[in-house]
Amino acid sequence: MADDKSNAAAYWKSNVRTITGCLIVWALVSYGFAILLRPLLSGIPIGGTDLGFWFAQQGSILTFIGLIFFYAWKMNKLDEKYGLGE
Amino acid sequence: MSQFAINLLFVGGSFALYIGIAIWSRAGSTKDFYVAGGGVHPITNGMATAADWMSAASFISMAGLLASGGYANSSFLMGWTGGYVILAMLLAPYLRKFGKFTVPDFIGDRFYSSTARLVAVVCLVVASVTYVIGQMTGAGVAFSRFLEVSNTWGIWIAATIVFLYAVFGGMKGITYTQVAQYVVLIIAYTIPAVFIAMQLTGNPIPMFGMFSTHSESGVPLLAKLSEVLVELGFRDYTADVDNKLNMVLFTLSLMIGTAGLPHVIIRFFTVPKVADARWSAGWALVFIALLYLTAPAVASMARLNLLTTVYPEAAGQVENYEEAMAEPILYENRPEWFRTWEDTGLITFNDLNNDGRIQLYNDANPAFADTAAERGWAGNELVVNNDILVLANPEIANLPGWVIGLVAAGGIAAALSTAAGLLLAISSAISHDLIKKTINPNITEKGEMLAARISMAGAILLATYLGLNPPGFAAQTVALAFGIAAASLFPALMMGIFSKRINSKGAVAGMLAGLISTLLYIFTYLGWLFIPGTNMLPNTPDNWIAGISPLSFGAIGAMINFAVAFAVSSVTEEPPQEIQDLVESVRYPKGAGGAVDH
Repeated sequence: MADDKSNAAAYWKSNVRTITGCLIVWALVSYGFAILLRPLLSGIPIGGTDLGFWFAQQGSILTFIGLIFFYAWKMNKLDEKYGLGE
Repeated sequence: MSQFAINLLFVGGSFALYIGIAIWSRAGSTKDFYVAGGGVHPITNGMATAADWMSAASFISMAGLLASGGYANSSFLMGWTGGYVILAMLLAPYLRKFGKFTVPDFIGDRFYSSTARLVAVVCLVVASVTYVIGQMTGAGVAFSRFLEVSNTWGIWIAATIVFLYAVFGGMKGITYTQVAQYVVLIIAYTIPAVFIAMQLTGNPIPMFGMFSTHSESGVPLLAKLSEVLVELGFRDYTADVDNKLNMVLFTLSLMIGTAGLPHVIIRFFTVPKVADARWSAGWALVFIALLYLTAPAVASMARLNLLTTVYPEAAGQVENYEEAMAEPILYENRPEWFRTWEDTGLITFNDLNNDGRIQLYNDANPAFADTAAERGWAGNELVVNNDILVLANPEIANLPGWVIGLVAAGGIAAALSTAAGLLLAISSAISHDLIKKTINPNITEKGEMLAARISMAGAILLATYLGLNPPGFAAQTVALAFGIAAASLFPALMMGIFSKRINSKGAVAGMLAGLISTLLYIFTYLGWLFIPGTNMLPNTPDNWIAGISPLSFGAIGAMINFAVAFAVSSVTEEPPQEIQDLVESVRYPKGAGGAVDH
C-alpha cells in the first residue's frame, strides 16, 4: 500500500512537471512573443509585417497543437511507466 | 437559377442531411440524450467538438472583427485556441475519469454540497444563455441574407429551427450530425478563401497567401493593406496596441473561458478512455485550427477587397494616394452584392457631401480631419456591419453563385451546431442537476426528458429576445459568455482537481464572488441584463477601471474566484477524508469505467 502511494505520488509529480513545462511554452508564444515581447521581435520581418504579428495570428495556434499532442504522448508513456493506465 | 434559389437549395440540402442523421441516430434513453453512449472515437469526437465549438462567432463574426481591428483583435484567435491547451492538461482527462455527465455533477460531488451544485447550475445557465444570444445574432444575419428578409425575422426563423433541431436530437443525434456540420462548415469557409487568396496573391493556401505578395501592386499584402488604411485615416492593420494589459487579460479570459464552458467539457465525457480525452482535445484543436488559420487571411483579404471596391484606383501600384483616393466609385455604379446587403439593413450609405460617390474613411480620427476636409469629404458615408464580412466575402470577390449558397449553409451550420450544444448543456443542468438531483429525485426518465425540453424552449426564447438587441457583434457577445465561464466555473473545476484543501464553503464563496464581480462589471458598461440604456457608465476606454474592458474582466473575475476560495477554505475545516480520496482517484486514469449512469 505504501509503495502504491509513493508510486502514485511520483506519477502525479511528473504529470504536474510536464504540465508546468507545457504551460510555460504556451504562455511564452501567446502572451510573450505575440503580445508583451512583440516590440523585441519587431526586427524580424515576415511577409510585410513582423514575427510578433505572425505569432499572434498563426504561430501560437500551431504551437498549441504541438503542445497538446506532446502532452498526450508523454502522459501515455507515464501511464505505462507507473502502471496507472487503463 | 436565381441566387435565392441556389441559397435555398444549399441550405435546404444541408438541413435534410442533418435532420436525416439526427433521426437515424435518435436518442432513446436519457444517457444517450446527454452523452452519446460513451463510445465515440477521439477523431470523430474531435471533429464534433470542433463543430460544437466553432459557432456563428467563429464562422460569421470573427473574421469581421479581425478585419476591423487588425492585430489588436488577435486575442480572438489565440484565446479561442489556447484554451484547448488548458482543457487538455488541467481538466479533460480528470473529468473523464470522474465519469459523470455534467459540470454541476462534478462540482456538487467534489464539494459535497447541493449548494455548490446549485451555484454551478446558475453559473452555467448565465454563461450559456449569454452565449446563445451571440449565436442568435449571427444566425439572424445569415438567415436575413439568404432568405432576403429583415434581420429581426432572420433571428426568429433561426430560433425556431434551432429549437426543433435541439429538442429532437439530444447528444447522440448531435454527435454524428455535428461531424456532418463540421464538414459543411469547413468546406464553406475554405473554398472562398482559396479563390480569394488566388485572386489577390496567386497563392492558393490562404494562410500563406496572407504573408505573400499582393499581385496587383507588387508589395506584400499586409503592407499594401496598411498603406491604404493609413491613407484613409484608419489604424495601420499590423500596428501594436498601447493597452497591452487589456489585450493580455482579454486573451486570458477567452482561454480559461474556453476551458470552463460546459458544452465543450461535456464532450470529453463521451470518449471511451482517459487517454482518449487527451487525444480528443488535440484532434479538436487540429480541426478548429483549419478554420482559425484561414480566418486571419480572410479578414485581411476581405478588408483589402472592400477598400479597393470603393477606391478602385488604390488597388494597383500607387504613386500618389491623393489622386487614387480622389474618385471613389459612384453610388449608382455600386456592385450587385452591395445592393442585396443594403436590403438587409446591414450596409448603409448616406451621401453626406452630395457628390454621388461613396466616401469610406475614418471620420473619428481627429488627425485625419484636415485631410478629409481638403478632399471635400463631409464624413464617412458607408457603414458596413462587421458581421456580414464572411457571408459577403464570395460576393465581394465575384465568386460563382454556388459558393455563396455554400457559405450561407456553412454559417447556418455553425450557428445551429453550437446553439444546439449549448441548449443541451442548459437543459441537462436544469433537468438533471436542478430537478432530479435537488428538487425531485423521484422524477421518471420521461419526466426528466420533458423538463429538459421545456428548459430548452425557455432558454431559446430568452436568448432570442435578448438577441434582437444584442450587446455587441456576435463574437463580442460570445466573448462576454467566456468571461462569465472563466470567472465562475473554470476556477472551481481546476481547484477541485489540483487542490485537496478547497472545501465546499470556499468553492461556493469563490464561484459567487467570481460570477457576481464579473456580471457587475459587465452590466455597469453594457446595461443590466444587457437591456440597452440601463448601463451606469458609457462603454468607452476612459471609463474602464485601469483600462480593462468588460470583455476582458473574466480573467480578473477568475483571480477573485481563486483568491476568495483559498482564503475561505484556509479558515474553515478540511474537506472530509472520502472527498480527499475522490480527488486522489481522479488524478490517475486506472480504474475509469464508462460514464456512470444516474
